[in-house]
Parts: sequence; structure tokens; C-alpha cells
Amino acid sequence: MSLERNWAADFPILARPVRGKRLAYLDNAATTHKPEAVIEAERSFYRESNANIHRGVHWLSQHATDLYEGARERVRGFLNAAHADEIIFTRGTTEAINLVAWSWGRVNLQAGDEIVITAMEHHSNIVPWQLLCAQTGAVLKVLPIDDAGQLQLEACEQLFGPRTRLLAIGHVSNALGTINPLARLIARARAVGARVLVDGAQAVAHLPVDVQALDCDFYAFSGHKLYGPTGIGVLYGRRELLTAMPPWQGGGDMILTVAFEGSTWAEPPARFEAGTPNIAGAVGLAAAIDYLSGIGVAAAAAHQDALLVQATDEIRRLPGVRIYGTAEHKSAILSFTVAGIHPHDLGTILDSEGVAIRAGHHCAMPVMTRFGIPGTARASFALYNDERDVAALIAAIRKAQALFGVEAVA
Amino acid sequence: MSFAGMSDLRELYQEVIFDHNRKPRNFHEMAEADRVADGHNPLCGDQLTVYLRLADDVVADVSFIGHGCAISTASASLMTEAVKGRTVAEIEALFHDVHAMLTDAAPEGRDFGKLQVLSGVREFPARVKCASLAWHTLHNALTGGGTARTE
Repeated sequence: MSLERNWAADFPILARPVRGKRLAYLDNAATTHKPEAVIEAERSFYRESNANIHRGVHWLSQHATDLYEGARERVRGFLNAAHADEIIFTRGTTEAINLVAWSWGRVNLQAGDEIVITAMEHHSNIVPWQLLCAQTGAVLKVLPIDDAGQLQLEACEQLFGPRTRLLAIGHVSNALGTINPLARLIARARAVGARVLVDGAQAVAHLPVDVQALDCDFYAFSGHKLYGPTGIGVLYGRRELLTAMPPWQGGGDMILTVAFEGSTWAEPPARFEAGTPNIAGAVGLAAAIDYLSGIGVAAAAAHQDALLVQATDEIRRLPGVRIYGTAEHKSAILSFTVAGIHPHDLGTILDSEGVAIRAGHHCAMPVMTRFGIPGTARASFALYNDERDVAALIAAIRKAQALFGVEAVA
Repeated sequence: MSFAGMSDLRELYQEVIFDHNRKPRNFHEMAEADRVADGHNPLCGDQLTVYLRLADDVVADVSFIGHGCAISTASASLMTEAVKGRTVAEIEALFHDVHAMLTDAAPEGRDFGKLQVLSGVREFPARVKCASLAWHTLHNALTGGGTARTE
């Protein structure tokens, strides 16, 4: 595998050694690093363009507003949404999902209604619905997964019924890497008249997303897993739904008129963006989208998939390694355990070799419960990773096995 | 300045740690226990239960069960060996001194004996909670606190 271009050179942090070693950063499912273009976009915003938006008559305010709304338009294009006003800026995926639960959920769900999620959801696509169920008396239904970490589609079919109001589903599992068969499940949800929310946190850096082709009602993602800044994320919502939804946070910028007798709400997206938003973050996110679009999500994905295949092949040859998540359709996430070494011990030893991975339950405790383990080690790939990172991972696992004296364990 | 390299790793993962991880001492439930407390580290999923049997003011017997990383298991195992036969007051003093050793600096003049191997975690701030979980749980068992949590 040879790169047409050395993408790693675009990411300044990758040049710094960690623990005296070359950094092999394989914790990309937690957060990705930022290219110079994103860092410069935020820096430049504060140096050249900073002002509050949507309210100033002065030049800088108009300029900042143009940049912020320009970022919204870039997100629209990235998701292929029909209208820019279907794009709401949030703090991240978690806030986007909570927005839907609080705003759409509280006026659309009644006791006995059903929300369908999957057994592989991140906590942020479980807990907001549990809170909503506690408030409304709605019921959570969970689509089961098999030993490979794939949805058991036959069993899934039966969980949709006349009371199903919402399917809330991850596009890609952060703990297992599984790419869910959205087309089939969304069609199933549509057939019973349910709405669909897709948690795209782990998908946007790995799969081209077209919300109109997907036919989902909501799509949520975070900027920081897409080479953008932390603290900025997106909720896409279908226009007719957003227009009918009540505000979920009150404050400035989300109102039309305010009087002590009562206030009226602005149209979406402003209705859902109370207070001064993360303006520089939105500008940085737009720069990240430009950066990734310049490479092409498909080209980045092909590179990441090749690394996943290589790492999977090599890690399988080590004694005592078990991979969790062996779905046919998988994104660049490799979750595994090593016999005789707890994931946290493994994480510490790999770290001493400059190899950064995640160890634990990955905010997906029900997945760990499903497989009867407390946690896994997880290596996840981004476009700046290469064969050297895979080699460092394998060598560091061997070192851990030697240290723990478990080489012979099979 | 915390800069953990291979030598720090050897300080952390000493043979005593491996030994107690592979063969934890006093690793069983205790039907006749008069004090029981659970410990849980929600961040890493480490979970353990500590059992105590007191005779007057002395810990006559102590044991634990649960699962966790090598540091957490070894710390619990070493702890049971260290506190058996000691008075509640002695154990409380030891709890405070061990906590200081794990997080900051060991109190002068305290001979930790075998427990000294746990001091290696000081260079690994993310792992301190692994070593301290059993001790917090023991402390709760003695003082009647609820589930111990380190995160």
C-alpha cells in the first residue's frame, strides 16, 4: 500500500514523540487529530474575524455571521441535505441526540409508544432515550446482535410494530466497527410509520453520507471525529419535523419576540441554537470538511480499510488474541483481547511504546455485557495512519506478552 | 515531570505484581464475614468485594473476590496479606499512608514492606485508581460507607 500523498505531514501533533517514541496514534474512534488547515482556520478566525453573530450592525459581526452561515452550507453539502436550515450546530453528537429526545420526543411520544435502538449503541444513543422513556412512559426495544457483532435481522424485523415511533441507530459501532444495514432497517421503520435518527459519530470520517438517499429524519455527528475541533457537532433534521418541534433551550438568538406575557420562536435552525454558539468551532469544522473532501471520504476509507485488513491479519497470528466485531461490513475499528493481559495493563504497556489505543468498555457497556467481558483493547485507524503504526501495534503487543509471560497461551 | 519509559514500566510491573495477579491470595468469598463492601471503577469496569471478620478490634480474617487488571488484583491481594491481624486503627493509618504513597509521596519513616511495589503507579496517573480501589473498598468496609468508587 503506498500513499499518493503523505497525509500525516498535514497533522502537526504527529511529529511529536510520546514517551520518547514515535507516536503511533490508534485512538481515532475517540478523537482524531487536526490538520494544519483546521488549526489555522480557528486561529485565523480569532485573529481576523472574531465578533458575535446575527446581531451586530458592524462589519466584523456581519463577516463572522457570513463565516458561520458559510460553515452551515458546507455541512449541508457534506451530508447532501436539501436545505441549509436543516443543519443545526450543537456541541457534538451527544447534544444533537439529546436535542431530539427533549424537543421531538417530549411532544411526540406517549405512554406505551416504542423506541427501537440496537444492542451495540454508544451510551449517548441509549441514555437520552431512557430519560425520555422515564418522562413519557415510552418503552425501549433493543435489536439483538450475533456473535460477530452484527444485527440479527430476522429477530430485528419482529421488534417493529404499530407502536414504534422511532428507530435510533448507530451508523457504525464504536466498540465493534460494524457498519449497520441502514437501508433495510430504515425501510422497515418507515413501513410502520416510525421516524429514524442515525448516530453518525463513527461514520462520517469513513463513509460518504447522503441523508436524502438514506431517507433518515435525523443524522447526528461530532466535528472532532472528523479532523475538526472539539465542542462542535451537527444535527441534521428534516425541515418539516424541525419546523414543528418546540425549542429545547431558551435564550438569545432562538426567539422572534419576547414579552413577559409570552415569547415566540425563531424558525429553525436558530430556534435550536440558543445563546452564542461555538462560532470558531463551526469555522474549524468547515475547514475539516474542506480538508477531508479534498482527499475524498471514499479515498480515505479505502486507505483505512486496507490498514484494518492488514492489522486484523497480523493480530490474528498472535497467540491468545480474540477479536470482537467480525462483521462482514466493518469500518476501521479493531477491538480485541489478549489472553492473560487485562485491557488496561495492555493499554499502559502499549503506551510506553508510543502506541495510543483505547482500553475499556468504550461507552458501550451493553456490548461488553453481551460478550461477557469487562472491556477490550481498541485500535482505530484514520487517514494519517500507515503500516508503521500497524507494525508498532503488533510489536508492542508482543512486548506485553513477553512481559506478562503469556506468549505460550493460545 | 512524569515521563514513563521502559524503566518506569518495570517499576510498575514487578514480579511481585505478576505473582499476585496470577495467584491472588485470600481470593474467595467469606460466609462468616461481619463486614462486606463492594468497590467499582466505572471507567474501567474493575469490580471487587472485600470481606472482613473482626475479633474485637482486630481483623481476624480478610478476603476478596472480583475482577480487574493486574495492578488492581495484585493491590487487593497484597492488601489482604498486609492487614490480617492488624487493629482497625492501624489499618486506617495504613490506608492513609498507602494513599499518599500512590498519589503523592510516601510518608517518611513508614516501612511498607511488600506494599512498596505499588509505589510504581505514581508515574502512571491513569492507573492510580486501579491500585487504590481495593483500599477504598476496605476503608468503606471498616467505616460502613457504601460502594467505593474510584474514577
